[in-house]
Formats: sequence, C-alpha cells, structure tokens
Amino acid sequence: MMSGEDAAMKRCFQVNPEDNVATLLQDAGAEPATILGAPRNATVDILEEIALGHKVCTRSAAKGDLIVKYGVPIGVATEDIAMGAWVHLHNCSSRVDERSNHLDVKTGVAKDTAYA
Amino acid sequence: MPERSWNGYLRDDGRKGIRNLILVLYTVECASFVAHAVAEGEADVHVIGFPGCYDNAYAIRLMLALATHPNVGACLAIGLGCEYTQPSRLAEVAERSGRPSDWFFIQEHGGTRSGIAKGKDALKSLRAKLDVQTVRVPMSWPDLIVGAECGGSDGTSGLAGNPVVGRFYDFLVDRGGSAVFEETVEMIGLRDVLRSRAATPEVALQLDRSYEKAERYCKAVRQYSVSPGNFAGGLTTIEEKSMGAFAKSGSRPIQGVIEVSQQVPHPGLWLLDSVPDEHFMQFGYTNPNDTEGIMDLISTGAHIVMFVTGRGSVIGSPVAPLIKVTGNTRTFERMNDDMDFNAGSILSGEQTLDEAALSLMKLAGDVASGELSKPEALGHREYFVMYKHQDTPQLEAGCRA
Repeated sequence: MMSGEDAAMKRCFQVNPEDNVATLLQDAGAEPATILGAPRNATVDILEEIALGHKVCTRSAAKGDLIVKYGVPIGVATEDIAMGAWVHLHNCSSRVDERSNHLDVKTGVAKDTAYA
Repeated sequence: MPERSWNGYLRDDGRKGIRNLILVLYTVECASFVAHAVAEGEADVHVIGFPGCYDNAYAIRLMLALATHPNVGACLAIGLGCEYTQPSRLAEVAERSGRPSDWFFIQEHGGTRSGIAKGKDALKSLRAKLDVQTVRVPMSWPDLIVGAECGGSDGTSGLAGNPVVGRFYDFLVDRGGSAVFEETVEMIGLRDVLRSRAATPEVALQLDRSYEKAERYCKAVRQYSVSPGNFAGGLTTIEEKSMGAFAKSGSRPIQGVIEVSQQVPHPGLWLLDSVPDEHFMQFGYTNPNDTEGIMDLISTGAHIVMFVTGRGSVIGSPVAPLIKVTGNTRTFERMNDDMDFNAGSILSGEQTLDEAALSLMKLAGDVASGELSKPEALGHREYFVMYKHQDTPQLEAGCRA
C-alpha cells in the first residue's frame, strides 16, 4: 500500500513496472488517481473522463511509440499521448488486427458492416 | 511455500492420483440415461460419454485418456449395442493399465431397468476389486499436474484472476511440478512473446506452428476472439486481450506443445493445442464451451484444473476437481457457494500478487490432499466429448464415390 493514500482517490492498476498504461478500477474524471500494482509513480493526474476498465497513460508516449501493458507491446500510439490521457482506439492501434482500427471509439461497434 | 506432501493413489501403470474414482463411460447418446442412472447416488462414480453413433478417433483417444487418468481407479463402459464405438475395447485398454474394468451392451440385458441393475452390480464388484488393490503413496509438488482455463471473463480476469494463476504456475514449476495452459486462438498478436518463452529452439518452432494454425483458424472463421463489448469495456487491441488470457501461463519457459489426450511428457510448463486440424471439415470448432476446454486439459493427466472467471460460473468437472478463481470481489461474494478463490484482494491493494499466488498454492495443496473444491462438493460433473479432428487417420477405403 502507498503511504499517504487518500481513501477517496480513484484507483487504477498497473500490471508491470515497464507499462506505460494503467487500467481504471473505477470511473474517473479529470482528477488525480492512485496507481496500484507495479507503478512507476504512486499517482497520475487524469486529464479527462475515463471509464472503469479503460486505460490511462502513465508515461507520455510519442506518435509511433509502443503502448506497453503486461510488460509487452499491445499496440502503437497513433498520435502523441500525454501522461493522464485516455488510451484507446482513437490513439492506439493494433499491430495485427486491422479491423479494430475502424471501430467506434465509445461502443466498439464495427462501422464497416453494411445492413442494407 | 513450504514443501508439502499428501497421500495419493498409486496405479499399476505408475501414475499417481489425488482421487480414487470409478469412471462410467458410455459410447453413444442412447446409452447415456442408463449410464447416469448407474452412477446415481454413488459419490465416487463419475460419468463421461460420447454422443455420436459414428466413431471419431479424437473422441476415442479422449475417452481412453480419461479412463486411464491417474484419478481413476476402475472403469465401467456401457454401450447400447449398435454404435460404432466399442465399450469392450475401452474396458480392455483400462484393464491393461491395471484398472479393474467391465463393460456391457444394454440391448443384451433387456433394457433400462435390467441395464441399470447390471451396471449397479458391476460397480459393486469393481469397487470390491479396487478396495483390495488400492495402494496409497506419498505425493508432493513434483507429482502434481495442474491445468488452467478461463471463461466468463471480465475486466478483472486479465488483471488479477489470470495473473494469480500464472504466478502460482511459476511457483509450481519452480518446485518441480507440471502446469498446462491452452487456448492458442486467444494468443493472436503474441507470436514474439510466445517464441521468447520457448525452452529450446525446437520448442520455438512448435510454438510457431501452433500459432500459425490458430491464426489460419481465425482467418477461416473471419474473426479474432474479440467482440464490440470487449472494446467498449476498455480493451483496445487483440494483443491486449490476448495478454490478459496468456497471463495465466506465468513467466517460466514453455517446454513444448502437446495435443489433446497426450500426457505431459515431463514436469514444467506446457502449451495444450486443442485447435482442430484444418484439412478435415474446414477445422470444425475448437472450444465450443468452457467444459470442452476443461476436458481437454484433464485429458493430459491434469489432477486439478484452475478455472478463472470474472463474471462467475456454475460448472464443475468429472475426473479432476475444478478450482474456481475470480478477480472480482463482487462475484466472489455474490456466488460464494461456487467460487473457491478471490484474487480481488490484488486489485484492492490488500495482497500482492505473490501473496495471493501463495494462498492459491495452499488451496491447490488442500484439494490435492482430499479437501473437496466447491464445484466438487456441490456435485458438479459437467463433461463434453465432441467430434473433432486431430491426427485423424485417413480411411480412404471407407466411402466409395
């Protein structure tokens, strides 16, 4: 447990010390959050609304940098990502799955399927 | 973790089990009612069976692997009488492995009532033989084989449930035990990670072949194992989802790839490839449900299977006890009758991953020592033996055009 942790602070979880993202354990807005697990820093200032289960950037990444979780690359930054920013389909793309780059960023629903 | 030992059961073939079960096997769906009625009310009797009338090499190997599983001490095979799969042949192989075995066809015994009576009689004499020849033997971590599977996953599975099993696997393997994990179709995007875990260059080639088969399978069904709900829940890429599942393999070198019904060749960490071969019926299905994957793991000789489920599940397994692990504290509390282990303590910061993995190891030791897991105590014995093609022999002469 981190010392001086504010019980009211939102929590996120970083799996591996090498990771540059942590997963939110609660919905959070633009506010400081405690990082549990294997963090580089004890807290991160979240810059925008991020939902439970989504990722916050814990170490800024430049466009083209690898996004690392579990200590391994899970994708590539498609733009510069600031510490505290939401990391998802809009700024991170898979290196093997082309289709997921075209999904709706909020719902994950495929936009490339014709219904007529 | 201090060294731990318990009393197991020594089979004539040298394998050591943590349960002393009698297995009833039926060879076609038509015999399933009688088979279940025979086992009814007998705590040490489990049932598995194959529903198809036409036989299947994969299903026969799977049934033989379960009939000669270390936790099984005796077998009773029951057929209807007109199906392809022969109960006498199953009983023969089990008998040859030193397990007292018997078989019969229902059609030769008059029907439902007389079939059940015949089966109950057979059980009585099998149990008498088993009681006489049962030899207890000390077992410890190097004798133990554990399988792992996940299903009904949620956001906690990749962060806590699967990682705690992975760290337990590290501890088990370091102490000379064996660990098996599977679901190669859920490893898409992890080719380099997989290869980096290979114990030898030869194993790296095996892992490559399995990975490529899984990739071809996914392309053939036009879908990686990821859905809109996964993305809405916060997963961004298939690599991320795959790592969440792969986390249950821990961090130790992979000793090789085994297929369904193949015994773990020596202690260490092994990858089970349960994906069907592609040249038959365009693959067929790989894991149609959680129970099918659990059966595949048990077929490798796993004494215990860890089942990671964030959302919760109410299945169990025959032959090898299932230990249900969740990373979701709410699921653990809501489904407390069914869940064995709560890894949610890692996410709340109450326990480190190592601490939680040591508690899980203690639980595995308790279940190996004879304590019933929750699904086992509830009487859950779900099984699933399906038509599948792995190394199916070519029978060119079978059908003439």
